[in-house]
Amino acid sequence: MEKFKKIKTIVTPLDQVNVDTDQIVPKQFLKLVQKSGFGKYLFFNWRYDENENQKEDFILNDKKYQNSKILVTGENFGCGSSREHAVWALQDYGFSVIIAPSFADIFYSNCFKNGILPIKLEEKSVEKLKHESGELEVDLENQILETNSEKISFDIDSHKKKILLEGLDDISQTLQFKDKISEFEKQSKIPSVL
Amino acid sequence: MGKTLFEKIWDSHIVVEKENTPSLIYVDRHLVHEVTSPQAFDGLRMNNREVRRPDLTIATMDHNVPTNDRSLPILDQTSAIQIQTLEKNCKDFGIKLFDINSPNQGIVHVIGPQLGITLPGSTIVCGDSHTSTHGAFGALAFGIGTSDVEHVLASQTIWLEKPKSFEIKVDGKRKNPHAVTAKDIVLSIIKNIGTAGGTGTVVEYTGEGITDLSMEQRMTICNMSIEAGARAGLVSPDEKTFDYLRNRQYTPKNYENLVEYWKEHLKTDPDAKFDKTFTLHIDNIAPQVSWGTNPGMTCDVTESIPSPEDYSKDDQNQKKAAAKALEYMDLKQGTPITEISIDRVFIGSCTNARLEDLIEASKVIKGQKVSEKVRAMVVPGSQMVKKQAEEMGLDKIFTNANFEWREAGCSMCLGMNPDILSPGERCASTSNRNFEGRQGTGGRTHLVSPVMAAAAAIEGHFVDVRNLDLN
Repeated sequence: MEKFKKIKTIVTPLDQVNVDTDQIVPKQFLKLVQKSGFGKYLFFNWRYDENENQKEDFILNDKKYQNSKILVTGENFGCGSSREHAVWALQDYGFSVIIAPSFADIFYSNCFKNGILPIKLEEKSVEKLKHESGELEVDLENQILETNSEKISFDIDSHKKKILLEGLDDISQTLQFKDKISEFEKQSKIPSVL
Repeated sequence: MGKTLFEKIWDSHIVVEKENTPSLIYVDRHLVHEVTSPQAFDGLRMNNREVRRPDLTIATMDHNVPTNDRSLPILDQTSAIQIQTLEKNCKDFGIKLFDINSPNQGIVHVIGPQLGITLPGSTIVCGDSHTSTHGAFGALAFGIGTSDVEHVLASQTIWLEKPKSFEIKVDGKRKNPHAVTAKDIVLSIIKNIGTAGGTGTVVEYTGEGITDLSMEQRMTICNMSIEAGARAGLVSPDEKTFDYLRNRQYTPKNYENLVEYWKEHLKTDPDAKFDKTFTLHIDNIAPQVSWGTNPGMTCDVTESIPSPEDYSKDDQNQKKAAAKALEYMDLKQGTPITEISIDRVFIGSCTNARLEDLIEASKVIKGQKVSEKVRAMVVPGSQMVKKQAEEMGLDKIFTNANFEWREAGCSMCLGMNPDILSPGERCASTSNRNFEGRQGTGGRTHLVSPVMAAAAAIEGHFVDVRNLDLN
């Protein structure tokens, strides 16, 4: 995984609560067997009409936000299905930071496996950021968001922060504990399936 | 201080624990299906890794399999490739697969318990959010993303921050348990606590309203824990649990010894404290029908579509969401639920496609015909459920009433196979999610119990099923 670096872009405000992963990537695009190329399906049913023409009133279709890497949205973002395709689509489209008052658990955890930083902020601050017209700088190292007019600090679990900053491969980290896993297996009461 | 059931299972599965960081938790059962696994197996190949415990890993194909004649080829090429990919991956990595022609094929959360693979006190994961279903057996079971599927395949473990504990107590007795079902209980819970009410928690369902339920009904409740945002939901195992799992195809040989151990250990201590609690009284609850685009947007069948103001209780974001939902659903505030006409009926999914669900639905339609305006289908949760239902003659009851009787799979719960709604079609569905486009782009979903779905199929609209003779 690539290391997470400081970024500075304008924010894309998606003014909705409870955005579920069925909206982030509709089911008809879950049949691919690779991880790449999901960006074009991001918010597909909101971005395109039945003839696959862009819907003008959907925020992502506004050219102004073309180079934005920061999505600012409502509470309980990423609820519903566990599909990691939702995170692959956001990342492939170009987002690397998502800011919301709250996230659904599985989505939140999927973000860190793919180099996306989800930031939980108080609703008041999120509302303000949605209306921020200038660029926003995201500094994970110092846990600071900076607009033209203010600095906002954010919380993040130190372990998750390290994973993003160092671009760590989870599995190779875990396999260092091979002996402990074997030890655990020796005393486990739950038998094999077969 | 005592421990909750969840804490006991958690503690007994810690491999590595450090303060203020996630713990490494051992996984006893890993269930795999075709949609969320191909990229995980690819990751293993790229890094020359093996599956650590193929003997704790079970695969089936359920999400995109067609539910028509199994002898026909799969027309959708991308689905066919995904299915072939799972076959190849299972072969290459030595994993037991119940393929499309296996008598054990079915929705992964239906076959786990049915085969005795799901066990009390165990940890179970699957790349599917409805893994919470298995919690009905007192297992800690939860959905994971594909990166974690790869992680579990490689290490049989997962890094997790310990969730909080949440007791949802279901108090009282339903007056008409055939008409007011487990589905109505869980929809009432979500309506009350909201779709994020359980975020960051593992729910334990307690109380008379839960212990009264059969295992299949408890599965319906635990299945929808995720719709309240909870990572998992569980029920303390009792004699019903142990009886259900006895003598199944994969029930462990030392089962009775395990039962003795579970009886002693798998209970929340009387002095344990939950981080959060909620109580639902069910003496007077009504059958539920969802009206919006998330499962919390639900009301009693006797009510009318609420206004966004009434629904939102002054929360501007919720008000906006409700207005958007009504527009998508093409519903007007004030319309009685029983006046909503439907085009389609789907009885299926990991929530409500077990034998009991089909038995209850069949009672409603026996000797009747599906309304001429409605197309109705039954998709049994597994090939085994289908076979058992056919042995009881349920298939005839359904087909005589003009229901389509299908092969097992997830089908129209998520519409990855050809079973989908057309734009604008309105469906009474026994599934778990009414999100925009979930059952087909532009489709409109109302979540209901199997009994309500069956009654709606006959009448062409929702009815108060408490007025039917269901005994």
